[in-house]
Amino acid sequence: MKINKLPVVFFEVEILDAKTKDKLCFLDKYCNCFLVFHVFVSDPQWYPARQSIRLDPKGKSLKDEDVLQHLPVGTTATFYFRDLGAQISWVTVFLTEYAGPLLIYLMFYFRVPFIYAPKYDFTTSKHWVVHLACMCHSFHYVKRLLETLFVHRFSHGTMPLRNIFKNCTYYWGFAAWMAYYINHPLYTPPTYGEQQIRLALTVFLFCQIGNFSIHIALRNLRPPGSKTRKIPYPTKNPFTWIFLLVSCPNYTYELGSWLGFTLMTQCLPVAAFTLVGFIQMTVWAKGKHRSYLKEFRDYPTLRSPILPFIL
Amino acid sequence: MASGEEDGTVEEKETNNKKRTKGAIATAWLTFYNIAMTAGWLVLAVAMVRYYLQKGTHKGLYRNIARTLKFFQTFALLEVGHCAIGIVRTSVIVTGVQVCSRIFMVWFVTNSIRQIQNEESVILFVVVWTITEITRYSFYTFNLLNHLPYFIKWARYNMFIVMYPLGVIGELLTIHASLPYVRRSGMYSLRLPNKYNVSFDYYYFLIIVMLSYIPCKHSTHNKTSTCMLPFPHWGCHVSGV
Repeated sequence: MKINKLPVVFFEVEILDAKTKDKLCFLDKYCNCFLVFHVFVSDPQWYPARQSIRLDPKGKSLKDEDVLQHLPVGTTATFYFRDLGAQISWVTVFLTEYAGPLLIYLMFYFRVPFIYAPKYDFTTSKHWVVHLACMCHSFHYVKRLLETLFVHRFSHGTMPLRNIFKNCTYYWGFAAWMAYYINHPLYTPPTYGEQQIRLALTVFLFCQIGNFSIHIALRNLRPPGSKTRKIPYPTKNPFTWIFLLVSCPNYTYELGSWLGFTLMTQCLPVAAFTLVGFIQMTVWAKGKHRSYLKEFRDYPTLRSPILPFIL
Repeated sequence: MASGEEDGTVEEKETNNKKRTKGAIATAWLTFYNIAMTAGWLVLAVAMVRYYLQKGTHKGLYRNIARTLKFFQTFALLEVGHCAIGIVRTSVIVTGVQVCSRIFMVWFVTNSIRQIQNEESVILFVVVWTITEITRYSFYTFNLLNHLPYFIKWARYNMFIVMYPLGVIGELLTIHASLPYVRRSGMYSLRLPNKYNVSFDYYYFLIIVMLSYIPCKHSTHNKTSTCMLPFPHWGCHVSGV
């Protein structure tokens, strides 16, 4: 907790409910050397992560790091409280939404009973591309799980609880839909055979390494425990040179990986998943690009959000 | 001759004039559109009454009005465009889902499965749609002309209480009646193996469509209609919204 060495000034602080404007609590001698607080109530249901304290009922939430004296308030400060609803940590959500596809795909790969006709139970596909696809898919999600545990540094600790149901439905649903067809006894291998599969695998692996490189580069921008934001730049790793052209190359590489997987399996549900993912990632990339431009005056102008020069 | 400041006001006036003309054109078009649609559905209503009075039965009634119904219901796709370009203040997605589910009922169920066209449930939902659409389009027309008769306003906000459940029943019964024919013919379906490694069974798709009507049981017919599902889906076209 950073405490600035300022002369001690006392504030009067009142906290009102953002919707009803009821006075929730009043502090008559609040010291400026404290950071923005959370309302501590005896009921553990109202944990800090679900409290949004803000200066304006419809405004942005203040951060934990904000110091009272640096906020645009007089010696009597009024804050508004909003309940963000039940929260769940990002790590929990990521682990759940990624473990699902990993296990679900394997269930279809090993042809667990009640999915396909009984005569196929516990058999394996006769096409080698199906084994390759299983390895790639599993590798992808294992990589994601390990990155969640050891690589990513999250700015927000939590997200609303209902997100986990939404996200898991998306990931698990699509994984089941894809896996059903790829591992189906009547699966048709790619039209151009080994050439197509080899190209697809190259693209896939290239983009997996690229995606990982970007995650490492982004992690190294941020010292442990901090929540600082900096402009990412290319490093010695050639896979990061794409930063010259793109703000969110992690999404670019992710798209590439799934395009590779689509080509490898020649399966329409995979193409659909790639498309939906691309649309979502473009929305995120555009948002991130916009916030980079807003936050940094000297942000490189050559960069596009997700596709070089295009999008 | 004009100073910088005067230039500014001249430009402002020009853009204001442009906005006003655009607004006038939009209003004129929407008025024409809503009058045309009211007329269309009225024609449909009259045709149905005449047929029933002449023949005394509903059999063959659908075939008789099919072309008119298909034309005016398909024309309603324009309403998605109206929302998209902003001349109507409704969400594109909401309107899109509503119009799409109507198009689906007309073209992909009733039109393509001939054996169910004489079902009573078809007449039920067509009658419900006709009443609702006449109310809705005349409401919009009168609104645009700034002269809204009370009974139209009353109808728009109250008839749905009866119309909506009747419409849902008509549509659900129709889809249900079509199931055996869909299963037997395998229409609109794609089987394995194929080079895209995907399959589609229209029979199960229809069952899912029927199930998706359920969450909308509680939605209310007003501007803030809330449905239990957080995404657009079938059955979410509250009659007359």
